[in-house]
Amino acid sequence: MKLTLKIWRQKGPNDKGQMVTYPVDNISGDMSFLEMLDVLNEQLIETGDSPIAFDHDCREGICGSCSLYINGEAHGPDRAVTTCQLHMRKFHDGETIYIEPWRAKAFPVIKDLVVDRSAFDRIMAAGGFISVNTSGNTIDANTIPIPKQDADAAFEAATCIGCGACVATCKNSSAMLFVSAKVSQLSLLPQGKVEAKERVLNMVNRMDEEGFGNCTNTGACEVECPKEISLENIARMNREYFKAALSAE
Amino acid sequence: MSKSAILSSSIAKKYWMAFTGLFLSLFLVGHLLGNLQLIFITGEEGKRAFNEYAFFMTHNPLIKVMSYLTYLSVLFHAIDGIFLAIQNKKARPIPYAYNNPGANSKLPARQMAVLGSVILIFIVIHMSNFWWKMKFSSEPMPLHSVMVKDPQSNQSQTLYLTHTDNFFPTSAFETTPMAEAQMEIKNETDFYNKQVNIKMGEGYKDLHSLVMTFFGQTKPGFPTNKYALFAVIGYVLAMAVMSMHLMHGFSSAFQSLGLNHKKYNKAIKTFGTAFALLIPLGFAIIPIIIYLNK
Ligand code: HEM
Repeated sequence: MKLTLKIWRQKGPNDKGQMVTYPVDNISGDMSFLEMLDVLNEQLIETGDSPIAFDHDCREGICGSCSLYINGEAHGPDRAVTTCQLHMRKFHDGETIYIEPWRAKAFPVIKDLVVDRSAFDRIMAAGGFISVNTSGNTIDANTIPIPKQDADAAFEAATCIGCGACVATCKNSSAMLFVSAKVSQLSLLPQGKVEAKERVLNMVNRMDEEGFGNCTNTGACEVECPKEISLENIARMNREYFKAALSAE
Repeated sequence: MSKSAILSSSIAKKYWMAFTGLFLSLFLVGHLLGNLQLIFITGEEGKRAFNEYAFFMTHNPLIKVMSYLTYLSVLFHAIDGIFLAIQNKKARPIPYAYNNPGANSKLPARQMAVLGSVILIFIVIHMSNFWWKMKFSSEPMPLHSVMVKDPQSNQSQTLYLTHTDNFFPTSAFETTPMAEAQMEIKNETDFYNKQVNIKMGEGYKDLHSLVMTFFGQTKPGFPTNKYALFAVIGYVLAMAVMSMHLMHGFSSAFQSLGLNHKKYNKAIKTFGTAFALLIPLGFAIIPIIIYLNK
């Protein structure tokens, strides 16, 4: 496959940056998108150019490191996959592919396609935890009965890998899907219920401070999420927040 | 914490959008039912029904409270909505060079602020056309009157529609012949007996004829509207915009309030779609029918 790539190049956080065009050839449909970029980077290194910086780690679709806004969609045109699991067979010979970093005020570009997603870490630090000591005398998980629906919903929410596709795809750069998944995952379970009120208030507060936009319920995040996190989580967080805002001391 | 949480956080702003949006949707139902009298009750009876209704809507204390709540809701909804839209724009200072939002969301959902702003402009024009003329205009609004011929003298006489009780205005409705010679009109609508200087009753502003002439009909005492066709087209277009706003807005409000449940989502969506189609359609057919019946 022969492709024309239009890629965002930016030397550092303060560089203005621009789209640069690169032709690539001999791309196999069985390659992952990241492998295709590896091919391009080897070409660039051979010609003395600096390789394109992009985030990646496990390349198994579970770590949430890889990002990339491909042809106007987070993680490209495929559904329920991360960029490392996106295959080049989704594109056709001669196609022009736009590759950009996540765009959000809260996710500043570090270099090329790499953005700083530590805003998510700070949101987690604001309340995405339970304050019980789990070391040493761990008790059996089955000693506390949990309704299956709750356990399932918590587990589904917990599949969020924190990649930031929801922010990237949202027209408002809203982090509601991420934050709501984390809020749900914890507050649906008995151990998490204890701190549910402060958690939702603190995490939402932090989310606002980080400069993410507001949710407009367009539903784009749910469609683009590689883990198919549901909008139900956002509704749950809105409910939780309402209760907490009215009753927390 | 909880004080600012319920007023200014991102989620709280959305509750207010949803509450005011749903309240305004409810208002639309009431407003539409009132307006439908314009086409479903015809002739003199229709004129009388509509003007009585308009009087009731502007005088009943309970309705007055509701109307102030509606003004407040529109203002709050519009200001909050514009604030949110500005904040959301700021959250992405550098746009994508290539974006394909159509792949994951619907156009009305992405353009709520634009649609809302068009509605806001429409509301301003709409209120200056009717509400302003009814309440504040420097030219007195013509009162509801009928010309009758006295069978004995064969002379024409103007009869005004008046009532004498302010507290239950609609119940004390009557048609009194008020010969202009004995009567004097003060404060636009108050009928005074010239000789004894006593208020005899209150007239009804003829909003019905104002609306009818605005949309192309000819009524005595009202100048014809040369641009009636444009008024009809503008009104219908505004309703199309309203339809799109509600198409996303109605079900969106439930999600904002946290009312998302597998069992009811489909019903909410279906009801919202029907609401978004039928209510604006109901409004839009009224000026069209008035125009076609001219
Ligand atoms: C009768 C008139 C109107 C009705 C019935 C109405 C109804 C609604 C409803 C039900 C929503 C959904 C709320 C939510 O998603 O939680 C909404 C959202 C919105 N409305 Fe209106 N609206 C009206 C007029 C306006 C006006 C005049 C503006 C002015 C700019 C406006 C701007 C917006 C915006 C920006 C949103 C999206 C808010 C967001 O999701 O962040 N609307 N509207």
